[in-house]
Amino acid sequence: MKRVNAVIVGAGAAGGIVAKELAVAGLGVVLLERGKWYTANDCRKDDLRNQRTTFLGNAFGPEDEGNPRVWVDGDGGLHNVMPSEGPYQNNAACVGGGTFSYGAQAWRYMPQDFKMRSLYGAPEGSSLEDWPITYDDLEPFYEKAEYEIGISGDYSGTPYHGLRKRPLPMPPLPPGREFGVLGPAARRLGLHPIHIPMARNSVPYNGRGPCMRCRWCCGFACEVDAKNGSQNTVIPIALNTGNCELRTECMVKEILTDDRGRATGVSYFDENGHLQQQLADTVIVSGCATESARLLLNSKSRLFPNGLGNRYDQVGRNLQGHQYTGALGYFDFDTYDDIGPGADIAICDYNHGTPGLRGGGMLANEFIRLPIHTLDRLPNGTPTWGPAHKKAMRDWHRRTIVIIGPTQQIPSAEARITVDPSVKDKWGMPVVRIQGNCHPHTYEIGDVQAERAQKWLLEAGAIDTRLLSQAQNAEKATHVPDANKGGPHKPHSGLIPAAQHQAGTCRMGDDPKGSVVNKVCQVHDVDNVFVIDASVHVTNGGFNPALTIMAVAFYASNALVHNWKGTGFRS
Amino acid sequence: MQSSTKGGALTRRQFVAAGATGSVAAVIGCKSGRQGNWEFLSDEQAGTLGAICDQIIPADGFPNATQVGVLNYIDKQLVRPYRRHQDAYRDGLQKSDASSRKRFGKGLAELALAQQLEAVTAISSEQPEFFELVRSHTFQGYYGSPRHGGNRDAVSWKMLGVPEPPVRGRAQYDLGKGPQS
Repeated sequence: MKRVNAVIVGAGAAGGIVAKELAVAGLGVVLLERGKWYTANDCRKDDLRNQRTTFLGNAFGPEDEGNPRVWVDGDGGLHNVMPSEGPYQNNAACVGGGTFSYGAQAWRYMPQDFKMRSLYGAPEGSSLEDWPITYDDLEPFYEKAEYEIGISGDYSGTPYHGLRKRPLPMPPLPPGREFGVLGPAARRLGLHPIHIPMARNSVPYNGRGPCMRCRWCCGFACEVDAKNGSQNTVIPIALNTGNCELRTECMVKEILTDDRGRATGVSYFDENGHLQQQLADTVIVSGCATESARLLLNSKSRLFPNGLGNRYDQVGRNLQGHQYTGALGYFDFDTYDDIGPGADIAICDYNHGTPGLRGGGMLANEFIRLPIHTLDRLPNGTPTWGPAHKKAMRDWHRRTIVIIGPTQQIPSAEARITVDPSVKDKWGMPVVRIQGNCHPHTYEIGDVQAERAQKWLLEAGAIDTRLLSQAQNAEKATHVPDANKGGPHKPHSGLIPAAQHQAGTCRMGDDPKGSVVNKVCQVHDVDNVFVIDASVHVTNGGFNPALTIMAVAFYASNALVHNWKGTGFRS
Repeated sequence: MQSSTKGGALTRRQFVAAGATGSVAAVIGCKSGRQGNWEFLSDEQAGTLGAICDQIIPADGFPNATQVGVLNYIDKQLVRPYRRHQDAYRDGLQKSDASSRKRFGKGLAELALAQQLEAVTAISSEQPEFFELVRSHTFQGYYGSPRHGGNRDAVSWKMLGVPEPPVRGRAQYDLGKGPQS
């Protein structure tokens, strides 16, 4: 196959952006994606089989058959898990990656989120660290992402965000009924509610129409293509340049290196399972935190016996995601309005600045709930089956509000991805093994956040509440792995909440002994291999990470193009 | 697996089919060529399972689990994604029936409703993992998408006041007038 300038592994949030930036700059690009290219027509509105509720599998990959992982529980027990099970920590496998079916909250991290160690000090047992770049470094690229991907919303009501040069390109969608209940209550509490920034068209934008506000949103494909991911924004632009070829259903096996330790391309299994090679001047790994780490670890050679970029045993460490906690409020009037996307109001008052807590997180109302989501979210004391449960479903499905949010995790080097020594996937490659958990302080913060959510709901007139925090939910998470990844997890069981928000496994840093890539996402050891996705996040903010993944991708692409000189890089 | 005798479950199924849209149900029956038999369950197992499901979601002003096709849902999934639970069902249903016979001298499906409640309560403590599996699957079949064989005519969604199909193309919202904050 023809040698190209760059081969990119993974067509998700980051890979699609890198492909577009490089192709527009004139580089020849091959974009490899293990999944398929779905479209709006693949929206099945199936509440039992989607990316969020996976009882019957994931709608947008990977399939349960042939894609196992191994999860190590808190007692050291090994479990083979499938993509539809919680401990698998799945995101998605398709063109667009998670951005094809996400809820599409598109937050900037705060300036403080990039210097967590300086602000708070690292608690013992944690690997809390500062990013080697700042909010100011990323600001122009946040803006670029907001305009090129297309974000609606309005930050203007909160003083707690970093400076920005331009407002968001689209106004927020009109508020739903929950906004009307929660907004005044938040203001009475002295909080600063805002309209959630969303990668969702509120008005026609980028040649596509606005959201039609159906109830099938987070976890589903958008039927009217109003939700903006890499699959309907940057990837089509990349392909239209004529410089980028997208190959779907191609699973990369390893990064190839020469005897001087430079990458020469990748080998991959094509859609027919045949092993192919794609030679390239540079290799960009954008497979998400679990799979990017796996690919580096599986790329072993004489010079890299423990995997590429892994000289100091850093690849796969510091796995992060988000601990979601909050509260349920029960009201004596209908709060449900059947209008998607549901989530529309948020506060950022509690992300930083609480004495005794190292950080916090954003709190927002939950995406629109389907009946299947209400089953285990009934008032405390409701029987789990029988006539009283059925009546409670009728009483409360339309009368609950959930406030919940992602607590910024305090990372631990022991929360990590390795490759399993014996279990292989359908291509015969060693699979991801996941072990460890984030630092326990994370859960202490999460519990405080839950109480704050509860207070907000009570102020809004809730007649009853239920905490979604570690203490209240420790029992629930014990049986079948929690398929609803939005729910809270049992702490300290070895089950780290990572999943769709997974990050951290190829940390960005100046010190090669404590990180995997430098501040422009270039692997320390190998100057023509880059990791560009959430893997490089040093810490993961108290927000949904998608927009930061996109901003880092624009930022790293900019540096890559700037440093490109023919077939190599300026040193 | 394919019992030729027509047990209680089949009778219930025919009853439901007759009560709902008879002609449509008949067409579906012909298409499968199974004439009311199950893909995984025996009729006897279906009777036992149905009794458990109907205690988990009993009839009140709205149908119970089996009336909206929960057994159909579980049976279909047991030869699809839930193949991995086949042994748990075989074993769990057998133990459930044995427990009922020991306690009441009859199989679970033959008991009166009040006795079934007592028997199912016993199962929930004697076989907590199996019961949790059935509870979860029953809820999926009752409250989940009709496309998978349960929640016939979206009856549970209507019960909860969630319109089906959802209104599309909500033109009543003036998108030009975003809220000011």
